[in-house]
Order: sequence, then C-alpha cells, then structure tokens
Amino acid sequence: MSTATSSEHLNIVIVGHVDHGKSTLLGRLYADTGSLPDGKLEKVQAICRQQGKEFEYAFLFDAFLEEQEQGITIDTARTFFNWKGRQYIIIDAPGHKEFLKNMISGAARAEAALLLIDALEGVKEQSKKHGYLLSLLGVRQFAVVVNKMDLVGYRQDVFEGIEKEYREFLAQFGANPERIIPVSAKLGDNIANRSQAMAWYQGPTVLDALSAFKKEMVRSEQPLRFPVQDVYKFDARRILAGRITAGRLKIGDHLVFSPSNKRANIRTIEAFNIEPVLTSGEAGQSVGITLDEQIFVERGEIATHQERLPLVSTAFKANLFWLGKRPLEEGRRYLLRVVTKEVECEVAAIHRIIDTMDLSQQQGSKTVIRNQVAELTLRAKAPIAFDLSSSFEATGRFVLVDDYDIAGGGIVTEMIRDDQEVLREEARRRDFAWVKGEVGIEERAQQYGHRAAIVLITGGRHTGKSFLAKKLEARLVADGRHAYLLDGENLRRGLDADLAEGQRGQTMEMARRYGEVARLLADTGLIVVSTTNPFGLDYAEAAQSIKTLVHPTPVIAIHMSKLPEEPPANADIVFSGPADFDAATRRILDELKRRGVLAQAIGAKPTFQYSI
Amino acid sequence: MKHLRQLEDQSVYILREAYKHFDNLAMLWSMGKDSTVLLWLARKAFFGHVPFPLLHVDTSYKIPAMIEYRDRLAREWHLNLVVGQNKDALAAGMNHTLGRVTCCTALKTNGLKQLLEQKGYTGVILGVRADEEGTRAKERYFSPRDKHGDWDFRDQPPELWDQFKTTFPPGTHIRIHPLLDWTEINIWEYIKLENIPFIDLYLNKGDGTRYRSLGCAPCTTPIKSTASTVDDIIEELRHTTVAERSGRAQDEGRGMELLRKDGYM
Ligand SMILES: Nc1nc2c(ncn2[C@@H]2O[C@H](COP(=O)(O)OP(=O)(O)O)[C@@H](O)[C@H]2O)c(=O)[nH]1
Ligand SMILES: [Mg+2]
Repeated sequence: MSTATSSEHLNIVIVGHVDHGKSTLLGRLYADTGSLPDGKLEKVQAICRQQGKEFEYAFLFDAFLEEQEQGITIDTARTFFNWKGRQYIIIDAPGHKEFLKNMISGAARAEAALLLIDALEGVKEQSKKHGYLLSLLGVRQFAVVVNKMDLVGYRQDVFEGIEKEYREFLAQFGANPERIIPVSAKLGDNIANRSQAMAWYQGPTVLDALSAFKKEMVRSEQPLRFPVQDVYKFDARRILAGRITAGRLKIGDHLVFSPSNKRANIRTIEAFNIEPVLTSGEAGQSVGITLDEQIFVERGEIATHQERLPLVSTAFKANLFWLGKRPLEEGRRYLLRVVTKEVECEVAAIHRIIDTMDLSQQQGSKTVIRNQVAELTLRAKAPIAFDLSSSFEATGRFVLVDDYDIAGGGIVTEMIRDDQEVLREEARRRDFAWVKGEVGIEERAQQYGHRAAIVLITGGRHTGKSFLAKKLEARLVADGRHAYLLDGENLRRGLDADLAEGQRGQTMEMARRYGEVARLLADTGLIVVSTTNPFGLDYAEAAQSIKTLVHPTPVIAIHMSKLPEEPPANADIVFSGPADFDAATRRILDELKRRGVLAQAIGAKPTFQYSI
Repeated sequence: MKHLRQLEDQSVYILREAYKHFDNLAMLWSMGKDSTVLLWLARKAFFGHVPFPLLHVDTSYKIPAMIEYRDRLAREWHLNLVVGQNKDALAAGMNHTLGRVTCCTALKTNGLKQLLEQKGYTGVILGVRADEEGTRAKERYFSPRDKHGDWDFRDQPPELWDQFKTTFPPGTHIRIHPLLDWTEINIWEYIKLENIPFIDLYLNKGDGTRYRSLGCAPCTTPIKSTASTVDDIIEELRHTTVAERSGRAQDEGRGMELLRKDGYM
C-alpha cells in the first residue's frame, strides 16, 4: 500500500443517493493513488470479462456476491487508505433507502463525510435525507461532490444549479459544506487528479479535500465528562473504568458523580504496562481511576468537576430518527441508553414528524415509522444525567432499544424540568455540603450485614399497608437486620406540628420533611420501612418526592390495593386482592436480596454482588 | 504512536462493554499476531487480568511451535485456557486434501460451534480485522449469530456511536470484534510499542522466508522475506502491495464469504 508513515487516524464516510457513484468514487480513489493491493484491479477486471459484464470500480469493495450481482452496496465497508501521513478509514455507505440503518451506522462513526450528488439526476430524496442525518449525527465536516459531470458535458451551469439548490437546503438547518467539488468518478476527473475537462473549476480535488479535513481535538478543551462504564475489583484496587468523552481529569481532582451527587477525589490513574505512571487523562481515552474514598458509584453515572455539572432530569426533548422494524409509538416503553446509562423510558409525546425532503413538519402523529425523523419528549423511569447536544456531543445523544435491537437514535435538544426539580436541587445542595464522619457506608454495611434501603409501601385506605409494614419490620429484626418502621403519623404531631392539616401545599411539605428524615435514617445504615398513610390520596406524589430526596439509596416501592387497579408508575411489587401477609413479607425479602441490600447468608459478613 | 493509542482506546472500550453485558463471555485465541494483540488489549482493559476464558479451536494441524507458545503464555499470564477440537471429524480422517472449505468448515467452524454449544457462551470475542478481506470489512463490532451460528449479513443491526447490540434472543450469540479498525501494520506497530511476545515464525531466521499469516501447517505457506525483526516487518509492510492473506488457501474464489456466512471467524 502507500509508503507513508501514519501518525493520525481519520474516519470518513461516503454518503448520497443510490447509484450516484459512491462506490465508484472510492474504487477510483484507491486506483488513482496506487493504493490497491497488487493484482486486485486486474483480478476484478478479469472476472468481469469472464462473466461478460462491464468492469465497475464499485466491484472492488462490494464484496458480497449479491452486491455485485445487483450492482448495489448492501452494507458499509471499512476500507483503509494512507495518504500524506494520515491513515483514513473510509466507509462506503449504502445509498438505498432500505439500507438506511447501515448508512447511519457508517456515518455515526465518521469524523468527516463526502456527500455525492449525481449531476444528471440532481438532488434526490436520499441526498437530502443523508445531508440532514449527517447534521443530526454530529458530522459537521463534509464536502459535497457533484459526480458524473461527464454526463452533463462538464457544464459549469449545471454544477452551479445543483450547488445553489443544495446549499439552500442545507442552510435551513445550519449545515455548511467545506467544499463543493465537480467530478467524474468513472473517468477520474478531480478525484486524485485535476480535471482537464473543467478548466472553470479551480478548487481542490477530492483527495485535497480529504487532506483538508481536520481531526477534532476540541473535545479535550471542554468541561470534563467521564461516564462510568464499570467498576472493577480484580485485586486490591477498586477501579472506576470508562472513557472520557470530554475535557480532562488528573490526580487530585474533586469529582462529582451525577445523578447520585456522590463526591470524591481522584487518588490514582490506573493502567497496565504504561511507564511512567499516568497522572492525567483526556477526551477519547479509556481510563481507570481510583478514588480516595469508597463511595457507591454505578455504571451510568457521569463524573464531572463541580463547576460544570451535567443536567439531571427524568425528561427531555429530542430529535430522533427511527430504524425499528415496528413503528415507535407514543406511550410505549423503550430502553433508553445515554452513553453507559440504561434506563426504561416512555415516549411521552410525539410533537412532529420531520419530512427530510422539504423539512416540512407534520403534527398529530402517534407513531414514527422506520426511516422517519421526529421531534419528541422522552420520560425516563429514574432521573438521569445528560447534556444538550449543542454543548456536548457524547453525553447529548442517546439510543432507544426496542426488544433486542437498537431501533432509534437521537440528540437531546432541551431539558424538561419535571416536578421534582426543586427537591432534586435541595438534595444536591444538601449532599454537597453533607458533613461525614469517619465511618463509611461500606464499613457500616460490613458491620450490619446489609445495606441501607427504603421500603416504601403505597396504596389506598384499609389495604393493610401498616400491617404489612409492621410485619416486615418485625421479621427483619428477628433475622438480625437493623430495620426501623418510620410511620408518618409519628411525624405529624411532632416535626409537622407547625403545619395546618389537610391543605395540599402542606401535604407536599410533609412529604419533604418525611423524605429528609428517611434520608437521615438511611445514612445511619438502617432499612427503613415506611408507609404513605399520612398523605391520603396524594400518596403517589408523596412517594415520588420521598424517592427524589433519598436518592441514591435503593427504594423498594410496594403497592397494595384491594381490587386490581393501575399501580403507580415505578412500583417494584404490586399486591392486589386479599393479602397473604406472610407471602408478601417473603416476597419483599427476596426483592431486598435481589437488589443486593441483603447479603444472601445471615450471620456471615456480606459479600455484595454489586460494586461500591 | 498517537494513532495506536486511539485504536487501543476504542478496542478497550469495546472489551469493557463486552465484559459488562455478557455473563458467559469468551475470547478466541489462535496464537497468531492479531488474537495475541487482542489478548494483550484485554489485559489493558482489565488492568493486567483476563476475566474470561480463552478458547483455542485446535485443528490438530497447527504448527507445534504455536502450541508451545500457547501453553507458555497461559502459564505466565494466568490464563483460563479452554481447548476444543472436533474429535469426530478428526477420527473420521478429516484433512485438507478433502477440500479446503470442507476441512475448514469441519475443523474450525464446526469445532467452534461445538465448543460454543457445549459451554453455552453468549459472547465470543474475535480478532478479525476489516482490512483482511472483503466480508470482514463489512462486519459490526458486535455482530449477532443466529441459532445455527450463521451470519445474516443482509440484515445487520445498526451500530450508533458507541452503542452496540448487547441484547439478543435466547439461543443466539454475539461475535465481538474489537480489532476491526486495525490494519496489519497497526498490529505490528503495536506489538513493537508494547513489546508483546509473539511467535518467531513471523520472522525470517536466515532462510529468506517468514510466515505473514498463521493457520494450519498444510494450508499456510511462508512468504519470501528477509524481515528478521519487528522493525523489518513494519518496513516491509509499508512497501508491499501483496495482500496479507495471499498465503492462505481458504481465501481463493468465494471461499471466505461462504465460510463466514456459516459462522467461520
Ligand atoms: N458516466 C459516469 N458514470 C458513473 C460515474 N460514477 C459512477 N458511475 C456509474 O454509476 C453507477 C452507480 O455507481 P455506484 O458507484 O455503484 O453508485 P453508489 O450506489 O452510489 O455506490 C455505476 O454504473 C457507475 O459506473 C461517473 O462519474 N460518470
Ligand atoms: Mg455503492
């Protein structure tokens, strides 16, 4: 291949409408720069002769038999190309709309793109869709290549007509190509060599345009974003592993983890076979750190510096493209993934469908079908940390998983303040300022044989909430656990004595106080068993407030009803009908074990499955 | 060097995703340069540990030096080595003279399938690279295989940013390819940078030949080369225009597409 020594990598994707010449351009680029392996060109030419068909440069990379027979690219091919000290991975994306998911997979890992438009056919459906998707996928560097100029007599006016039309389209969503280049891929005009047939064009060739693309380095200059990928304990070290998606970190840095609001300082940066020992890391790197304090942090949290925290909410607005086999539906649940965070979410509203042909918008649809782009609101089951995609790339985008498949992707355009915003802010401020003693939660858990947790029982009147709560407390204590029944009635006459009864605003203030008391008890390491009795019919709202305030202590939400009814969202266990309290108690104990609150064996010092 | 670290960062990220999502995970190790770099990257990702078994599908036709090297590293690096073999096929006398595709299918593809089935692995990490040959260029980092271990390349799952396909129906499994973006030169540059121990069959030891790609003894031929150090190899590769697998018989015709569709690595 090329003799150049490469010092840098650049991922390029070639997109555009089917048959506009993407695969041909790629083949030509390799052929004209002498980048094909020995004999490859001759071999493919010979096969074509043998089969009696015309040689196509596209055959060089359309490796599947089916692709060659049908003359189309089905899936993206990664090809490698060295030029002037840079190693390019060029991805040839399929242009056929049936294979849009493959085009998107190719484009999503690109740092720059070439977008092809056939001079004879002009701007087509996929030319527009691909242009729009590049912008949605965050590929901001791209050149437009107007191909097949040989078919229009190399005419400047045809080229300029397409340039004008396409620029106007791109301008509607603020995209701006670096270059627009007239070429003939088949004949090699302006690919690697300057065209003799288009003296009117003075700009760069495609090869020049590739060299002019910049490697994006700015991410390291942004505020820190370090999403936790995993927590390892292979040896004495407890290592938080992950990839820094923005900014830098170094030993001694004070980190805040969102949404749990846990904090600690970086003690070491761990690596295998690296000398000298690392003291810092920056965007793009997969690193491992240890902390000066054993705090409970899980995959999915985002570590940042305290000055530039990410957003935290349960809801956001987004632009999404859908690739799923079945349509996305309003009201349905999907798995949401933001970097390493996975949480169940619901499509709260589909605001509009965007037609990528003319960017017209259609409202009132309750579904988004395959290959459509939509503006919608997602609501997650638990608060998550994220950013707006306009400020951070990686933490500002997400995918939705339907069944077993990634079925859609999108970018976050707006945070939606949910009704928990005020309480969440209170919890954040309180946690940041929390004065800790010498005893950490891990030590407490080791001593007690379990972790702290809140068992929160909701339900209407006379469903047996208090009875179950008492039974559960008794059983836990009999088993040697440290449990305490926090009955709301006990706060009412004391802590809440200054509140007037029965007013709604007051109920919410009661819930707030109740939540803060539960938070305190949980910090002592107790399993707090509680009911929402004092809140009457506002129990669902009260339960939500309590959850927000005690976060990230695990909350096991139990709902009881006499008749089958719609349980509140997020209930972990639902008991309906006449209750068998012993069975219910056992069921809750199982859940506590499953969640890692109770170690499996009583008496033994616990070894918890989940990392802290 | 920076570009090697970029490749390393991506591969490590993929390995950690694999480890997080698959309870029953294993890595294929053929002792060749690629899968040994992959093994090294696992030690990078997990800070000196390799928290899953390494599978070797032994065709019994491997070059003996490869087996010695395998057992030595397994000892020194505390590897959990699992060796599988299609004993029935061997007992029935399978060898390359019965046809290369037939032999590869029986001893490697089916040997692997048997091993996966026996152990119930749901995630298998492999060191295939996109620049090796055309069908591998079209692979995903996380690539599903159906109940029969077959690859449906017509309908591959989307792969967006660093989000991969990590959920799958029972009975199927996922192939994980952390080295897709690496080229042959990158592999050697990295071996040099990290000083990774490799089999000396890759070097010329005076007779003017060396192996560029290692497979079974009968189906792999050495190339003419004077390269006797890693630096020599890197220098040689910078100037060569001969395909890496030109010494591998299975790549002839449509051999590789057919093999890989049926679950070959
Ligand atoms: N006349 C002419 N034909 C071209 C040119 N580029 C590509 N083609 C032809 O257009 C057809 C589609 O090309 P291909 O590269 O497969 O398009 P893709 O679908 O965008 O990858 C093939 O028959 C090519 O030979 C060009 O510059 N001039
Ligand atoms: Mg094509």
